[in-house]
Amino acid sequence: MSHGTLYDKVWERHKVATLPTGQDQIFIGLHLIHEVTSPAAFGMLREEGRHVAFPQRTFATTDHIIPTTSARRPFADPQAEGLLAVLEESVAANGIEFFGLDSGSQGIVHVIGPELGLSQPGMTIACGDSHTSTHGAFGAIAMGIGTTQIRHVLETQTLALDRLKVRRLDVNGELRPGVTAKDVILAIINRLGVGGGKGYAYEYGGSAVERMDMEARLTLCNMSIEGGALNGYVNPDEVTFAYLRGRRYAPRGAAFERAVAYWRSVASDSTATYDDRVRFDAAILEPMVTWGINPGQSVGVTQRLPEIAALAEEERRGAEAAYRHMKLRPGDPILGTPIDVAFIGSCTNGRITDLRAAAAVFKGRKVAAGVTVLVVPGSQAVNRQAEEEGLPEVFRAAGAEWRGPGCSMCLGMNPDKLVGEQICASSSNRNFIGRQGSPRGRTLLMSPAMAAAAAVTGKITDVRTLEREPS
Amino acid sequence: MTTEPQRIIEIMGRAVPLREDNVDTDRITPAVALMEPTFDNMAAYLFRDARKSDPRHPLNDPKYQGATLLVVGKNFGSGSSRESAPQAITRAGFRALIGESFAEIFAGNCNVLGIPAVVASHEAIALLFAAAERRPETLYRLNLETKTLTFEADGGMQRLAIDLAEPRRVALLSGSWNSLAMLQANEARVRQVAAALPYMNEFR
Repeated sequence: MSHGTLYDKVWERHKVATLPTGQDQIFIGLHLIHEVTSPAAFGMLREEGRHVAFPQRTFATTDHIIPTTSARRPFADPQAEGLLAVLEESVAANGIEFFGLDSGSQGIVHVIGPELGLSQPGMTIACGDSHTSTHGAFGAIAMGIGTTQIRHVLETQTLALDRLKVRRLDVNGELRPGVTAKDVILAIINRLGVGGGKGYAYEYGGSAVERMDMEARLTLCNMSIEGGALNGYVNPDEVTFAYLRGRRYAPRGAAFERAVAYWRSVASDSTATYDDRVRFDAAILEPMVTWGINPGQSVGVTQRLPEIAALAEEERRGAEAAYRHMKLRPGDPILGTPIDVAFIGSCTNGRITDLRAAAAVFKGRKVAAGVTVLVVPGSQAVNRQAEEEGLPEVFRAAGAEWRGPGCSMCLGMNPDKLVGEQICASSSNRNFIGRQGSPRGRTLLMSPAMAAAAAVTGKITDVRTLEREPS
Repeated sequence: MTTEPQRIIEIMGRAVPLREDNVDTDRITPAVALMEPTFDNMAAYLFRDARKSDPRHPLNDPKYQGATLLVVGKNFGSGSSRESAPQAITRAGFRALIGESFAEIFAGNCNVLGIPAVVASHEAIALLFAAAERRPETLYRLNLETKTLTFEADGGMQRLAIDLAEPRRVALLSGSWNSLAMLQANEARVRQVAAALPYMNEFR
């Protein structure tokens, strides 16, 4: 059993009781909700005449269903309009703060929690969305939950949870230019498997992680769940504190200094013990691209797609199904794979640094003929920042579409969907069959810069080989 | 809770084999299911796209009509936390899942809905796949008390070991799988823990 880790410390601080079943009852410090998974929970509450126990610890926004061309109400899709209307009624009835479309603070829940300073070190954070692991980047225990559990949090501000083991992932060394946090996490999932993190919280550390800025750490933790780990976190440090200072919901003045003392105290001790430890060499990583139907099926951009016989026996059947769906062939290079669509955005890679990385590729270039490109900011704040920096002009000049904030083409719950067998270079997090809205659609996951490189060349391209300043 | 707690001890029924690893919750219930404001209609979405594109999908096969057990592979229920996935499974009439392993959020969602998601060895699952495919009429008896799955095969009784995390097993056996009542019982202690958290006091 782990000892002295951030996970252990935060767990103990938030533990209410050991339940008769043997699970622990854990207080949830921050509860984030959105329009898709919470309306049914509010419905259960209403039916039984219950109220929200700690309304000041729940914050709401809307993201999954928002059309990115125009968020004017009512939405064309009555179901989308209905979900948002239920959320609006529910937050109003329960005194929950809501970052709606007219708030200037709306956005993907995993983008706004960090940027508003709501997500902080030493917290427990829950949200009805599996990518809640994102918020672990601050040094929090952050987890995705189901709708019945949302109801538990609304009514009691607690959850019945099983304590996880802690696996330390050391990523040491220097990432080469063009290699990002997205490539690190895809490489981790490739090695440990999409189910490899089951039963574990992932603690990411090592010199490569310490050097990452907050947005890169958010990308890293975001995809913990794709590796099967319910939680992923980075110990809070000066990078974390500097990011939080001055944010709207972060403590101010003397309270900030006291907060830093608490935040430091929850970081894993140098003497901490872990249930498992895995080491990665950052310097050998290259940009990663997925070729299959789960995020573990990936290769370095200079590699060839694996031969079935070269895979572990238990992976072969899944690989055959993936090749059939993707219409790709074992042994082929991933380089040169033609694409129809490029999507830059999502809770994984829809932050300002992601848009800057994409803009650096688009600048002075044109989107390849026949390719559709969507660039979608993760929030209204990211949108404003991008506008201030003149990024939309860069995207538009290249022939990409600059859209309004939302989950967009990550998940097929709004008008942004693949059509037929379209193949998409995507900065999102899931390449599951049907994920991007078409049952036959195909997704290649990669970093924003790699997706932009695919957009301007019409095929999978190693972004590092594009000339720095095109003529 | 207004509903009486229901103890879940034994489930008997026929089984549908779903031979695939890493079946994600987008496949179990595609995103369109999440546009519904309640779970009432979820049964219709169970493996909707897969059933449409593959007429030979086991869930399209009349010989598995009325089955109450799903036999699945490794890392079943990966991906999205959507509760629509276990809701669709239970509303389509399934009472339990037996698999090599389950994704964490999915397994938790199953348990709070009172659906045992139990694991068995690779060899046991292989045996179950074969049995369910060869003789769809086979009746299985899943017992959470004895942690066994028994069924008749090749003229004799087969008895396989199954497992599930002890707190989940206890919760199912005692009828406290929807933890709400247990959580509500500690309200005063919740307030105490909250009051002691530095961030709940603006770091005073």
